[in-house]
Amino acid sequence: MGAAAVLTLELASLTTLVLLMLGVPLAWGLAYAKGWWAEVVGAVVSLPLVLPPTVLGFYLLILLGPNGPFAPLLSHFGLTTLAFSFPGLVIGSCVYSLPFMVQPVRGAFAALGQGAWEAALTLRATPLDAFFSVTLPLARGGIATGALLAFAHTLGEFGVVTMIGGDIPGKTDVLSIVIFDDVENLDWNQAGRISAVLALFSFLVILATLRLGHRTERT
Amino acid sequence: MKTTGFPLNCRALGFAAAALALLTVLPAPARAASTSIAVAANFTVPAKRLAAAFAQKTGDNVVLSFGSSGQFVTEITQGAPYEVFLSADAVRPEKLAAIGLASKSSLFTYAVGKLVLYSAKPGYVDAAGKVLASGKFAHIAIADPKAAPYGAAGIEALKALGLYDTVMSKIVTGKSIAQTYEFIATGNAELGFVALSQVINAKGGSQWLVPAADYQPIVQDAVLLKAGDNDPVAKAFLAYIKSPEALAVIRSYGYATKP
Repeated sequence: MGAAAVLTLELASLTTLVLLMLGVPLAWGLAYAKGWWAEVVGAVVSLPLVLPPTVLGFYLLILLGPNGPFAPLLSHFGLTTLAFSFPGLVIGSCVYSLPFMVQPVRGAFAALGQGAWEAALTLRATPLDAFFSVTLPLARGGIATGALLAFAHTLGEFGVVTMIGGDIPGKTDVLSIVIFDDVENLDWNQAGRISAVLALFSFLVILATLRLGHRTERT
Repeated sequence: MKTTGFPLNCRALGFAAAALALLTVLPAPARAASTSIAVAANFTVPAKRLAAAFAQKTGDNVVLSFGSSGQFVTEITQGAPYEVFLSADAVRPEKLAAIGLASKSSLFTYAVGKLVLYSAKPGYVDAAGKVLASGKFAHIAIADPKAAPYGAAGIEALKALGLYDTVMSKIVTGKSIAQTYEFIATGNAELGFVALSQVINAKGGSQWLVPAADYQPIVQDAVLLKAGDNDPVAKAFLAYIKSPEALAVIRSYGYATKP
């Protein structure tokens, strides 16, 4: 259980980090973009909310595998597939948790409007500088919410990992998988213990998210 | 503005009422009896064919569910409404009978399974299984040995060949023999152990029939579950599986059958 817990935390942390780097610029683009294509991109970003994880997992199994589009790239590193590997899980988790990062951040940017950013530009800040020293700090509430939600959602990920993980202890065996295997093998004591830990931890993360929401509303 | 909501709701309500009325007026379809059956994943294709043949013969419906045998035992102990269990081993049906969840007198062996080393790549698996010792693959797929008897047989075979320790770090585990096959068929695992029935009709790929001496025989037993005690359809289906016609179908998928 210890190794699985560490692996789960690593997966959730790394996924959140990657999503901060990819999701925040994406949310910014979506918040201010005008035109039908922004809606199309927004809809694609939200797809993992409604798609069964099995659909995502199935596509990933094909895309990350030796017949997928990344196979030539992978062969440079002596790999045939990204399935059954930690990097593969990170990619899967990023897809799976993307909307949980993008939606709150997009909302925060949209609520902010472009006024402050434009004001900074008229004071001769470069666009990048204005983004990092004005827009980002003002949207920090939404970004923190997105990061917490993405983290929590990845902690609870099961379907995608089941489809592409291959149950390798210490490499792809996250807590949710260990629970499933324990239940299947009638080890309900162990399953109960891990479930309780996950439930409590998830509760705390959601509580933190809610408190954060209240704080940013008040200020 | 304030009145628009109301008539709309009214119309929706009226529509729902009309639909309901229509349902009560329409004649109920003739009720075909049916039975639900838990089928070990390796037996998926023959079970579908047997169910279709049974339905055609009797007019009764057979609802099939597929999964690993271990998964089914957990579900059955929790009151899952399956009436018949086609396990991939003999131990689990026996256990269910011992705790009163299955009828001991109904136990019988419907198939004896065979283990195959399979790859989706033509020519990859040689006729003597030497590829296992070559170590040139990155992943070998095996079903979870704790939940799937074919997985346990795969591990046994590796140990019998003296290769378990060398390939251990390359093992990826499928939740059932079906997922194991999927890992191999998509090429994510170069090779792996599956049931002969899964690949007996495969076009392309390459396979090696693992010698029976390398693993315990995979004796697959069927049993009538408690939920099916009073269901004539469940009993009729079990009887049908024992018929020479059904046994011939089962053998055509590479299983052995007991006389």
